[in-house]
Amino acid sequence: MSETVRVKMAEYHVGKSPDVLITIGLGSCVGIALYDDISKVGGLIHIMLPKSNDTENLKPAKYADTGIPLMIEKMVEAGAVRENITAKIAGGAHMFSSSGDMVIQIGKRNIEAVCQILEDLNIPITGEDLGKDYGRTMEFYTEDGRVKIRSYKKGEKFI
Amino acid sequence: MSDLINHLTSIHKDVLKEIGNIGAGNAATAFAQFLNTRIHMTVPSVTIVPIEDVPELTGGVESRVISVLLRVTGESPGSILLVFSENSTLNLLEMITDYEIDINNLEEVEISAVMEIGNILSGSYLNAINQMTGLNLFQSVPAFAHDMAGAILSSSMLSIAENDYALLIETKFINGDEEIEGFFFYIPDPGSLEKILNSLGIETT
Repeated sequence: MSETVRVKMAEYHVGKSPDVLITIGLGSCVGIALYDDISKVGGLIHIMLPKSNDTENLKPAKYADTGIPLMIEKMVEAGAVRENITAKIAGGAHMFSSSGDMVIQIGKRNIEAVCQILEDLNIPITGEDLGKDYGRTMEFYTEDGRVKIRSYKKGEKFI
Repeated sequence: MSDLINHLTSIHKDVLKEIGNIGAGNAATAFAQFLNTRIHMTVPSVTIVPIEDVPELTGGVESRVISVLLRVTGESPGSILLVFSENSTLNLLEMITDYEIDINNLEEVEISAVMEIGNILSGSYLNAINQMTGLNLFQSVPAFAHDMAGAILSSSMLSIAENDYALLIETKFINGDEEIEGFFFYIPDPGSLEKILNSLGIETT
């Protein structure tokens, strides 16, 4: 049975074909859809910040550096093969015009952190829709790995 | 700091609510004068929500809203976020202009008008807080966004994103005919809560 799962901010979910994983309203946050197209296991995570400073870290999926490795681990447990995993990423926008530098920078810093972590883990990025100034929704079809990006500014497209 | 959120007493919450009350009362008056209409406000609430629920605060995460964000600087920094539905924005703009507004294609001057409303509301809100607490809080230049509510809310709470919970002092402005409904959030940065409470002689340890 196909299941549609909504992934909230600072959360992740691992599913298997034909599940559809959705995360709504990515602003400066980044959504990362990881996929093994052989086992058809997919994971979607909605991170808020690049790096965790919190030693307890009760919310690993809030941060790129703790969330991505955790989700990969869960995908492998669900039957994915580590070497097959590829990534599609979206978000990292700068939502407010003429706002303070902190708000300007965070989207960019999130994108840089996610790309660096994926590179370090040898996970190729096969699709992306990043930056700019608008919010996005991601719909990840684990049946074939397509990711639909929805936004008010640009309508719908697949990456 | 983040700890204080977990240990807020009912007295702390009442004091924060009262600050919201005085700030919002002042802002509602300024708003009403600007629009030359009656503006009511709801009793402010002190809302503490898990950070992952922040995108849902105004209802539909994917609904398209109009918002103004201001940074609060001074001894206890924070942010002020104002969120209006598209419908409310239309009604607002029609009260202060005399031509047709295309909500999907807002003109520069209309965006400026919305930002000015943000300026007026947060200015009078902070004035009231300053008078009450003796703190000296200023506001930054307003920033504007017209997009998905979830994307706007999450992106405007970054100064508190490290925390597990968000503390918001929230009011709704409503005019009599419910043509205008706006969310007003005051979001103290981590560490600012103590300063606000201490400025009123309230112990936080």
